Amino acid sequence: MALYNLTIHEASDLLRKRQLSAQELTRSVLERIRTTDAQVHSYLTVCETEALQQAETADRSLATGGPLPLLCGIPVAVKDVILTKGLRSTAGSQILAHFVPPYDATVTCRLREAGAIIVGKVNCDEFAMGSSTENSAFLPSRNPWDLSRVPGGSSGGSATAVAAEQALAALGTDTGGSIRLPSSFCGVVGLKPTYGRVSRFGVVAYASSLDQVGPFAKDAQDCALMLQAIAGHDPRDSTSVNTSVPDYQASLTQGVRGLRIGIPKEYFVEGMQPAVEVAVQQAVAEFAALGARPVPISLPHTEYAIAAYYIIATAEASSNLARYDGMKYGYRAPQTEGLGETYRRTRAQGFGSEVKRRIMLGTYVLSAGYYEAYYLKAQKVRTLIRQDFLKAFEACDVIATPVAPTTAFRLGEKTADPLTMYLSDIFTIAVNLAGLPGLSIPCGFDENHLPIGAQLIGRPFGEEVLLQAAYAYEQATPWHLRKPPL
Amino acid sequence: MRISREEVQRMALLARLELTATEETELIEHFDKMLSYIEKLNQLDTDGVEPTAHAVAVPSPLREDQVTNQADTEALLQNAPAREADFFKVPKIIE
Repeated sequence: MALYNLTIHEASDLLRKRQLSAQELTRSVLERIRTTDAQVHSYLTVCETEALQQAETADRSLATGGPLPLLCGIPVAVKDVILTKGLRSTAGSQILAHFVPPYDATVTCRLREAGAIIVGKVNCDEFAMGSSTENSAFLPSRNPWDLSRVPGGSSGGSATAVAAEQALAALGTDTGGSIRLPSSFCGVVGLKPTYGRVSRFGVVAYASSLDQVGPFAKDAQDCALMLQAIAGHDPRDSTSVNTSVPDYQASLTQGVRGLRIGIPKEYFVEGMQPAVEVAVQQAVAEFAALGARPVPISLPHTEYAIAAYYIIATAEASSNLARYDGMKYGYRAPQTEGLGETYRRTRAQGFGSEVKRRIMLGTYVLSAGYYEAYYLKAQKVRTLIRQDFLKAFEACDVIATPVAPTTAFRLGEKTADPLTMYLSDIFTIAVNLAGLPGLSIPCGFDENHLPIGAQLIGRPFGEEVLLQAAYAYEQATPWHLRKPPL
Repeated sequence: MRISREEVQRMALLARLELTATEETELIEHFDKMLSYIEKLNQLDTDGVEPTAHAVAVPSPLREDQVTNQADTEALLQNAPAREADFFKVPKIIE
């Protein structure tokens, strides 16, 4: 076994017993990046010197003993939409290709305060808009289980970094499934926390009423550690909620006895890949064997989620992305005449085609005469979708569904038709509209040896229960232990 | 088609995007697909349903208007597409 194979909790244990140094661990991870990243393309920036310096600092803390921060000496990767002071943050876009943030995002600060070592910035779809990383302005990432396939998106680089063991864990963002889909496609654990659980200050905004930051990890325990480090109120994000953060480690081993698991019939539909349906049903059976009680539920407005999402998300995106005007930072088109042309050409050259599509649709649905028919209508449907979940949670404690209707698709398979690509998120988007926490856990493999993910959806601020359920499942199943053939 | 070339051009102007004729054609097709897909929302009766802007309602927090950060002029200007001394250099705004 190599050092990069360790989980956070295993490495922390060895670090604290002084049987391993943070520098050894970090060197192992950096070496792993060197030998595998030409194949999977997880990283946009690797910061070797800074990482080794941070590891040296961590080793000094470890040597002095005393109380140590939660993630002391743990090498992690950060999605490139999350700002890192002094370290290039591109959001996967040409328009920010040379942007060096003058400040850290709150989640970055919290990782640093927790003693984590940031080894680099990982790839994503441009401005987190996409389901495959093929919209990255730089290059697509590849699925470590099959290099001809996508890792899922938008946080694809976060998922490939953890799956290919080029970091012990990673941060990503999830607006419509961007943590859970790549987690599922790459066979790792990924959590989208409740809207308001984690600060978005310093995170490049896509759709502000939906965006949330969350962890990618090798198992539920590591996922709990990462969430512990980043969760909690932040006065600099007015949407972050001021409620106490539970001790996720302490409750992890409580098990699922008596837990009512809701199975929504709308999430098992025609056209699904049979292996996915079988694996998720088997996962439900496993939960039942562990003492949970499956109950049939209904989420009747599920089929309207994608339509509502593509109105709300594009509207918010068109507004959020107005800031990229080529004046104070980012790309500016050369040799233009006057202000208007500078704006138009800067944005034409700086944005990729998917970003332009979403800005255009968002502009349309917000424009005079269409606002009520589209934006207001979508917000009302959002209410119905949220009510579906709240009603369902009267009869169950957790909801189990597939993360996606299929396993990872091939590069280029869905790029010609944006709507087909959007439908990859059919099982994840409603969770964002309702603001709920959603966890993706590995639950099997298909006939092509590609990972399958099950999604556990919780009540608002119910991350604890999701992690408990995932932990109990992992004790009984081997799926999270399998490694891609790299 | 549900949207005309002129409408696409008007949206592009509002969004400050210069589009090629090919991009306009692609967008007309994309809008056509998306608007017909989105139309399924009209199957739902939403009379009397309150709109949801944020899933978790948080009252707007108020605080004293105090400076808590220090301006790092050099770090900010390093990202400027063009600068002169300690200023952002921008195109002429008034013709």
